[in-house]
Amino acid sequence: MKVFAIILALVSTAAAQTGNAAAGKALYNDKFMCYTCHGYSGQNGSGARLVPMKKDQAAFIAYVRNPAQPNRMPSFSPKVMSDAQLADVYAYIKSLPDSDPDPKSVPLLRDLIK
Amino acid sequence: MAKSKPLGRRGFLKGAAAGGAVLAAGAPAALAQEPAAPRNATARPNPTTLAADTGRRPPLASARLIERPGSDFMVDVLKTLNLEYLGSNPGSTFESLHESLINYGNNQMPEFLTCCHEESAVAMAHGYFKIEGRPMMALIHGTVGLQHASMAIYNAYADRVPVFMVVGNHADGAVRGSGVESYHSAQDMGALVRDFVKWDDEPYSLGHFAESAVRAYKIAMTPPMGPVLIVANNEIQSRPQTDMSLKVPKLTMTRPPQADDATVAEAAKMLVNADFPLIVAQRAARTPEGMKLLVELAETLQSPVNSSERMNFPLQHPLAGTGGPGYRADVILNLEVADASGAARAAHARGAKTINITAGNLFLKSNIQDAGHYASDVDIDIGADAEATLPALIEATKKLITADRKRALEERGVKLAAAHKQARNRLIEQAAIGWDASPISLARMSAELWPLIRNEDWSLVSWQGFISEWPNKLWNFDKHYQYMGSHGGGGMGAGLPMAVGGALANKKHGRLSINIQTDGDLNYAPGALWTAAHHQIPMLTIMHNNRAYHAEVMFVQQQASLHNRGADRCHIGTKLTSPNIDYAKMAAAYGIYGEGPITDPKDLSAAFKRGIERVKKGEPALIDVITQPR
Repeated sequence: MKVFAIILALVSTAAAQTGNAAAGKALYNDKFMCYTCHGYSGQNGSGARLVPMKKDQAAFIAYVRNPAQPNRMPSFSPKVMSDAQLADVYAYIKSLPDSDPDPKSVPLLRDLIK
Repeated sequence: MAKSKPLGRRGFLKGAAAGGAVLAAGAPAALAQEPAAPRNATARPNPTTLAADTGRRPPLASARLIERPGSDFMVDVLKTLNLEYLGSNPGSTFESLHESLINYGNNQMPEFLTCCHEESAVAMAHGYFKIEGRPMMALIHGTVGLQHASMAIYNAYADRVPVFMVVGNHADGAVRGSGVESYHSAQDMGALVRDFVKWDDEPYSLGHFAESAVRAYKIAMTPPMGPVLIVANNEIQSRPQTDMSLKVPKLTMTRPPQADDATVAEAAKMLVNADFPLIVAQRAARTPEGMKLLVELAETLQSPVNSSERMNFPLQHPLAGTGGPGYRADVILNLEVADASGAARAAHARGAKTINITAGNLFLKSNIQDAGHYASDVDIDIGADAEATLPALIEATKKLITADRKRALEERGVKLAAAHKQARNRLIEQAAIGWDASPISLARMSAELWPLIRNEDWSLVSWQGFISEWPNKLWNFDKHYQYMGSHGGGGMGAGLPMAVGGALANKKHGRLSINIQTDGDLNYAPGALWTAAHHQIPMLTIMHNNRAYHAEVMFVQQQASLHNRGADRCHIGTKLTSPNIDYAKMAAAYGIYGEGPITDPKDLSAAFKRGIERVKKGEPALIDVITQPR
């Protein structure tokens, strides 16, 4: 119960922090290498699509700590990724454009759809 | 004509010395000069050695001439096997055969293709077979060359692909030289790769070579197919033929094993009565005919077909796929599936039945574990070639389908077609994700290429496992030669030479060969680019350049997470940066048109067009594209 309370407090603290997107970009691409599964634009790859990010910051951090499928998405502890760093990563992901066109507006794809 | 015994070294020396004595009488002064010392004095006795052995004067140069070397007869044998090409990196253990091939054999059937690595030679043969359906030869240097080749041999073995290999050796320890000839010799050459060749032999005479070569071809081509190895001893190659009556045995191919009628009828009954049948095809369609048969079976049963590993089934056929959401197969027919254990276990747990048809049951080796797990939950296990069994299975199913049953099957077919269409459209929509991203998405890269090739006679000569199978999702694969599937054993470095081999097979058919090439794979043996340039093998190579051994980046990152350590050092040993490799320059260095790196997806189409123009002129071309990881 005590542990849960501490975690809750940490999560609440993290939720209150506003991340730095520029710092988050470096963390995403270099230090944490999130791009390996989620692509450089948070959209392509073998992992889940991150853009548009539908979770709020607290839920995002909680998910990174305890992913739904740990055999696919690794879990990252506070020792490895601090809440402040994850807030930066979150800010970077939120800054990424959700630029997907409607497939029906792309001639190369529209012609393939039956 | 009486048969002469093959000459031993002693006999050769006597003959050479006697010939020298006869010729000496009227020999011009110029010919009487001592010949240049052979490269290895002990391999071919020099005049001093002869003199020491025979007590006579050194022979003349002309006495050393071999009018009809054994290697000429080896070429006669090889020509009967209808081998179009051989890939080889030159080596002294087969120098006599090399010379016979290019001069006596006129460098035709087989034509000698210069390879920069033995692994490339065998991998080219692997790719060639998967397009052409005929084996290609690889001529390999003793010990060192064979060890270079071993990775590619293993891939071919795991992929059940025949490669006809001849390897040199200096077997006779009394004749072979010290030093390099000894290093390139083995007591049992085939032992180096025996765990992953289907059959090997080391003939002791030319007659033996003829018999073993024909037998090897026959074994290689009998399902389950596999690479075979014949050792051509240097002494047999270079010694004069003494028996001019030698014949090449007639080649009579073994018919592939087919399942018995009773078992086929039992399987047909299960499939016809199934509510949700599913056909899973891996190495099933050995030939274009196999694809036609599988279509006929699927349409007869109105069953979905989940195809992988190679072209078994047209990917835009309404029955292609797994049946869509909620389709829980109650009878699964596995056709040449390498490891059916997991799917059979899951099927058994929900009360579904599994039928296996595979020739893999008929040939297993102990050391290599490519057989996977033992499939204990299979209900009918048929040890037979799937393609050869399909006609009987189709006939048996048709006999069992009543008019009422046919109506029910057709209703199922309508639902399956709708599910196929829905699944395919969903995949196309997913291609829009990250459409304008840089690095460029693999979906965008594949989509940009498709309109440029769709009206051509095209063939994808590379594996799609590392490119998220986007061509499968976006292009219309409906011909057997349009995709050759995986490398077999997962040995990296196979991609480029297999693609060159596939493109080689496509060349005479005028097909446009496309190789989507991963950067990590290319760097194992990039000399295959030179082989493509030198032998004018047209092929468009498009780099999937993610500047890493990307799968390993993810795996090491996963381990760092498990060990509660950061990922910031996971680039060590996994990334191909600092410096970035310039593939356009690499292509240019090998004599190939190169372009890139391309980072803006808007530049792709024009670059691809330029590359295709080059390829249509009969040459290889390479376009470097900086891509998303997967």
